Amino acid sequence: MILIGELSLWVALLMAAWSTTVSYAGGAMRRSDLTASGVRGLYATFAMVVLAAVGLWTALLSRDFSLEYVASHISATMPSVYIFTAFWSGQAGSLLFWALILSMYGTIAIATSRKRNAELVPWATGTISAILLFFIATNCFKANPFTRLDFLPPDGRGMNPQLQNFGMAVHPPNLYLGYVATAIPFAFAIAALFTRRLDAEWLGSVRRWALLSWFFLTIGIVLGMWWAYVELGWSGYWAWDPVENSSFLPWLTTTAFLHSIMIQEKRGMLRKWNVVLVVMSFLLSIFGTFITRSGVIESVHSFAQSPVGNWFATFFFLSTGITVYLVGTRLKDLEAKAELESMVSREAAFLYNNLLLIGIAFAVFWGTIFPIISEWANGTKITVGPPFFNAVNVPLGLLLLGLTGVGPLIAWRKASVSNLKRQFATPAIVGLIVAVVLFALGMHSLAPLMTYGLCGFVAATIGQEFTKGVRARRAIHHESVITGFFHLVARNRRRYGGYIVHAGIVMLFAAFAGMAFRTQHDVTLATGQSFEARDPYGHQWKFVSQGVSTSSPRDRLVEAVGLETFRDGKRLGFITSEKRQYLDTQGNPLFGKITEVGIRSTAKLDTYVVLAGVRNTDVAELTISFNPLVVWVWIGGFLMMIGGLVVMWPQAEKRRPQAGYAAVMPTQAERAELAGAV
Amino acid sequence: MKPRTKFLISGALVLGLAGFLMKSAISQTGQFYLTPTELAAKMQADPSFSNAGIKVGARVVPGSIKRDPSGKEYAFQVTDGAKSFPVIYRGIAPDTFTDSVDVVVGGRMGTDGTFRANELLAKCASRYENAPVDKYKQTAGYKAAAGRA
Repeated sequence: MILIGELSLWVALLMAAWSTTVSYAGGAMRRSDLTASGVRGLYATFAMVVLAAVGLWTALLSRDFSLEYVASHISATMPSVYIFTAFWSGQAGSLLFWALILSMYGTIAIATSRKRNAELVPWATGTISAILLFFIATNCFKANPFTRLDFLPPDGRGMNPQLQNFGMAVHPPNLYLGYVATAIPFAFAIAALFTRRLDAEWLGSVRRWALLSWFFLTIGIVLGMWWAYVELGWSGYWAWDPVENSSFLPWLTTTAFLHSIMIQEKRGMLRKWNVVLVVMSFLLSIFGTFITRSGVIESVHSFAQSPVGNWFATFFFLSTGITVYLVGTRLKDLEAKAELESMVSREAAFLYNNLLLIGIAFAVFWGTIFPIISEWANGTKITVGPPFFNAVNVPLGLLLLGLTGVGPLIAWRKASVSNLKRQFATPAIVGLIVAVVLFALGMHSLAPLMTYGLCGFVAATIGQEFTKGVRARRAIHHESVITGFFHLVARNRRRYGGYIVHAGIVMLFAAFAGMAFRTQHDVTLATGQSFEARDPYGHQWKFVSQGVSTSSPRDRLVEAVGLETFRDGKRLGFITSEKRQYLDTQGNPLFGKITEVGIRSTAKLDTYVVLAGVRNTDVAELTISFNPLVVWVWIGGFLMMIGGLVVMWPQAEKRRPQAGYAAVMPTQAERAELAGAV
Repeated sequence: MKPRTKFLISGALVLGLAGFLMKSAISQTGQFYLTPTELAAKMQADPSFSNAGIKVGARVVPGSIKRDPSGKEYAFQVTDGAKSFPVIYRGIAPDTFTDSVDVVVGGRMGTDGTFRANELLAKCASRYENAPVDKYKQTAGYKAAAGRA
């Protein structure tokens, strides 16, 4: 099976090359037989890549240490689930995984849009196959997972125990699923540019894929944050590290696209811009893979430097060049069909939303590559860190948060004063009250106050929309609040799913601002000694060390410290933090020591305890921090995922027009619902 | 004025704001990222360079890590092969900070030639990707197994 897998990878290479050539030829010469052959070539590539993947999984699960990839990523004693996920824990495997997803997506995308977009199919197929060709070629020639060792090691090197965690098992595949999904809209955009069929039809095929990409990127990013927070022990979840940034960039452009596409659907505007966003999302995904894999930028995520970097750079610049040429020569076909009519309109709000998202993306991109740029320009590397990203992104992010409330409710074309009053009077008051109350409670710094005020405003607009909708349903259909709520969401998934996502965003912002009040204490405690501190809410905490215990379960040595914890004199129980040293089957240490963080989590506050070191067998060096509102990052992320699912879920049945519909005059409640919908 | 023009102007203002924020943030918080050799050259050219906050990427000299009895202070040597200098770091060191790893230290170079760091990032190639299998041949486990065979 392993041999079959290895051979299949080479056959897949030939198939992808074939499909690329004949699909483009079929498109250029308008020969449907060639196109059909190209499409079959893509399907065959998919089948071959599946076989190759099955081959690698077989090698991993049968623990065939004669393969370098297997020997350097797993060990005999590792739990099977992590042996399965070891597939994508290294370079060669992740490239194969990428090819697997792309060929799967490509097959689905082409199979489902063959009839609908016959004109676009040859070019889209050719483009998907060309990207596949690049990934499979890199896999075959530069990072082959089937490379054999010239000796047979008795055991593998194993996986870093920090990676043996649920979050880390599912975080990379989600990011890949998101990254790779940007390739499908890209392929259709290229096809539309080639054929000059730049009307709304290519967008139809593309929106769902962009949404899928957004969905998986969101899950991937949030899981990555969660993993970093619970596993790495630095008491944060986002460090503006180049690798984190590179997953954030395509998320930003895809988010921008999902908004601006509505303007094109409704008003025929922003046609050039949408093509640019689709292309940018894909290129940024490639860029992200490039900087993660090449080591050109200093990152804590130090993956081994490898020759794959050059291949990625070439591919990146080649695709950029081709797309710039295509867009440049087709500008005339992309003229807008309508003009912006007023600055106070939904169109304008969405334009600003896009401007801000792209502004943020640009700042993040610039900050990420600044070391390279400055070295080119001045000969010395200059790095920028979190202060840079915060200084730029906090103001832009706050403007964006405000628009999250405005955009969905303001009228199309030109908003009237009465529209503005009706939609925004209550939310504005709610936001103001939140800010004033917090100020009175003693929160006196500007950025958090503005954040919470805006959070209140946006949350109120969302609440208002749901209340209006449910009330209308209750009046028309006589439904209970709960059925009304579910029907409301089910009948208009895009709109209410979007609101659910926005509610998640509000929670995230609230949590981010909470971290401004984070406090940290470095403490040294011997057995029986205690430490007292006040948390950001003013509660008095007391931690009493129960001493350091040492134990050696199965495959590791553990030093653990237990802290008996009290808040305002009330006993809360124990928080335990550990230092672990994992061992291989011969008892040699594997990797360095790792920290097992102790976290006590509530809706208001995380109490985060890290055992930094042990001296004289019973003196624990600890870092204790109070991290407000962290839990809302995970809840908000979850809500965004749910909202994304609601938007993506296929409409079960088209609403049948009711008999005599035209004859029935809308009731007052229906008129209200209609007015709300406009 | 047409709304389109208005939008373009206000858009330019927003982007200008972003650009301004970026520029000022870089000049205020940007840090030189140097190798020990580059740092030595800078210090020689301009001794007042010791006032600037910088980051240095280098490798820890094996066996040079000394820990203060209080546990909160580390003294060690870093090198890039050509130049080396001592570093004093106050704070809690990351799990991965051990002999001969690559580190990034952030802080100031004192006029006495000692680097005082307030930031210490340690990275080793084996953190997320494992050491190449060749290294495996040097481990006791491999030698024992090979000896049996």
